[in-house]
Amino acid sequence: MADHNIAGSNSLRNAPTEEGHFGIFGGRFVAETLMPLILELEQAYNNAKNDPAFQTEFAYLLDKYVGRPSTLYYAERLTEHLGGAKIYFKREELNHTGAHKINNCIGQILLARRMGKKRIIAETGAGQHGVATATVCARFGLKCVVYMGAKDIERQKPNVFRMKLLGADVVPVTAGSASLKDAMNEAMRDWVANVHDTFYIIGTAAGPHPYPEMVRDFQCVIGDEIRTQIMDAEGRLPDSLVACIGGGSNAIGTFHPFLDEEQIDIYAVEAAGKGLDTQEHAASIAGGKPGVLHGNRTYLLMDDDGQINEAHSISAGLDYPGLGPEHAWLHSIGRVNYVSATDQEALDAFQLCTKLEGIIPALECAHALAYISKIAGTKPKDHLMVMTLSGRGDKDIFTVADALGTDL
Amino acid sequence: MTAPIKSQRLAARFSALKEQQRAALVTFVTAGDPDPDNSQRILDGLPAAGADIIELGMPFSDPMADGPAIQAASLRALQGGMTLRRTLDMVRQFRKKDTETPIILMGYYNPIYIYGVEVFLKDALAAGADGLIIVDLPPEEDPELAIPALSAGMDFIHLATPTSDDKRLEDILRHASGFLYYVSIAGITGTQSAQTADVEQALSRIRRQTNLPLAVGFGIKTPADVASFAHFSDAVVVGSALINVITENLDSQGNPRPCLVEKLHEFVAQLATGVHKSSSVTSSG
Repeated sequence: MADHNIAGSNSLRNAPTEEGHFGIFGGRFVAETLMPLILELEQAYNNAKNDPAFQTEFAYLLDKYVGRPSTLYYAERLTEHLGGAKIYFKREELNHTGAHKINNCIGQILLARRMGKKRIIAETGAGQHGVATATVCARFGLKCVVYMGAKDIERQKPNVFRMKLLGADVVPVTAGSASLKDAMNEAMRDWVANVHDTFYIIGTAAGPHPYPEMVRDFQCVIGDEIRTQIMDAEGRLPDSLVACIGGGSNAIGTFHPFLDEEQIDIYAVEAAGKGLDTQEHAASIAGGKPGVLHGNRTYLLMDDDGQINEAHSISAGLDYPGLGPEHAWLHSIGRVNYVSATDQEALDAFQLCTKLEGIIPALECAHALAYISKIAGTKPKDHLMVMTLSGRGDKDIFTVADALGTDL
Repeated sequence: MTAPIKSQRLAARFSALKEQQRAALVTFVTAGDPDPDNSQRILDGLPAAGADIIELGMPFSDPMADGPAIQAASLRALQGGMTLRRTLDMVRQFRKKDTETPIILMGYYNPIYIYGVEVFLKDALAAGADGLIIVDLPPEEDPELAIPALSAGMDFIHLATPTSDDKRLEDILRHASGFLYYVSIAGITGTQSAQTADVEQALSRIRRQTNLPLAVGFGIKTPADVASFAHFSDAVVVGSALINVITENLDSQGNPRPCLVEKLHEFVAQLATGVHKSSSVTSSG
């Protein structure tokens, strides 16, 4: 984990405030029943953060169990194909369980154990966070319940089976749009009814304070490693960073260590679904406005009455009508560029990467690949571009086959 | 425009009930459930049926603190075109016939935030609402709405729960007004029921810190439940059980049967026997 205390007073890395605010974003908008627990969690996290024993155990598990550091790989053929920027992939898909989600789960389960919690709950969209949570629960012998939208259960069957093999109860959520936001509602209902023994492992850098800060800190291992690895490979920092964004945990983990290096251009790629001019997308910055949901103030997709809209993306992991509050803030101050890619562009990039690099990317990070495909060619050849390849695409082959009209 | 004068309905109602030495029956229904017309008829008939205070739910797409009954009610209301503006219209309509029964608007923060806090408070007071209960605004977020509401003359009812210890109660009570709503279980609406002994103990602990009337809610379903909680509280809230009456009186297409409104009011009348049977131990008295 990065040492976040060394940043100067003007640093962009000092947020949030003690109350969990990133500018006007963030906060603790939860039912009173949960507040004592949230405050206890904050206390426990602050203690753990400063406890060398916790940091040692976290680092040990990332090394031996997750298999970190993940490699920084020069994507030579993609670079040649696009004919501009020199493209590196941060290979988070090589982690145990196949995505960046495990970094956060290791951190949170260690915290849950410190707090004496016996039961773990989680929400999941694509199933990557559910699998990572079920994995750490198996590893530490804790009971695990994963809430998953019924629609997502249908389109992510391999991950559902993996979770069950790992011993988790996967609870289908049929309420609302039966996807990630509804799974999160249901997880919060479970939490409020089981406050005494249950720890909620939120999978993204969102939710009530201290989750956005805590998840970010656990994911900053991505950006911290990029810094060391690009210095080794190129002797200098990258010129640009790119990551896909749903809730935004791989993106904030990639970006946060570099926020103060203003010369680095940063791009977060939202899911534009069937297009930003339709109602069917998941781009909460491009198509939403500030509101309050799931414990924090952030950009949300909603109607004029403040009712939350369903999101749409071909990628279940990006299919959420909001994003983490730190991203909302980084957008408001203009530090990070929030851009988007459509379902179709992501599908094209998915195939391109698979054919040129022999890497099947998750549909989530195929959105980042799609954006790279647009801009890499406009950059000079000495431009260093690092993209976080946040997950592997095996889970998505059925969705892709369906979209391509292939019968498996 | 002059600022609206603070409504006295809630204080007047609690003081009148104290004279009668009984607790208030508080009924929760969702605005627009099962459809706008029937919802207005339900609302308008609640005082005559025996409701002393009305909680009117402002439907929200993502009601995280609510169980299946109220979630479904919100969805029906939203599908029928209910909005926050129309919820206030319902209150305005109600006030043409009833100027005394307090109405508390209950819901989640986002629709109010999007409406705009200041203009919402002005419109809600003008429509005739007396207080607010916003589930996802704990005392840490009092500056968002609780403090502006109090300045505008609108009561902001805070929630206390089994997880609120004495230290937290101080924070909760700092800007509490109208009454204090004790959530009897750690959980969501309409699910399990609390042990009366536990709740009685919690309320006596809370009374050492406040003179506000104390209401009890969550998991209270029958006239007998109402009677047992009314013994030691100032108000008893029933919500999901009312919604269940609505659900039971929808046909297979989800359309209301002709008797729905009457059935609901009959149920409220039964619940009211629970507060009339018992004599309450009042708070400050």
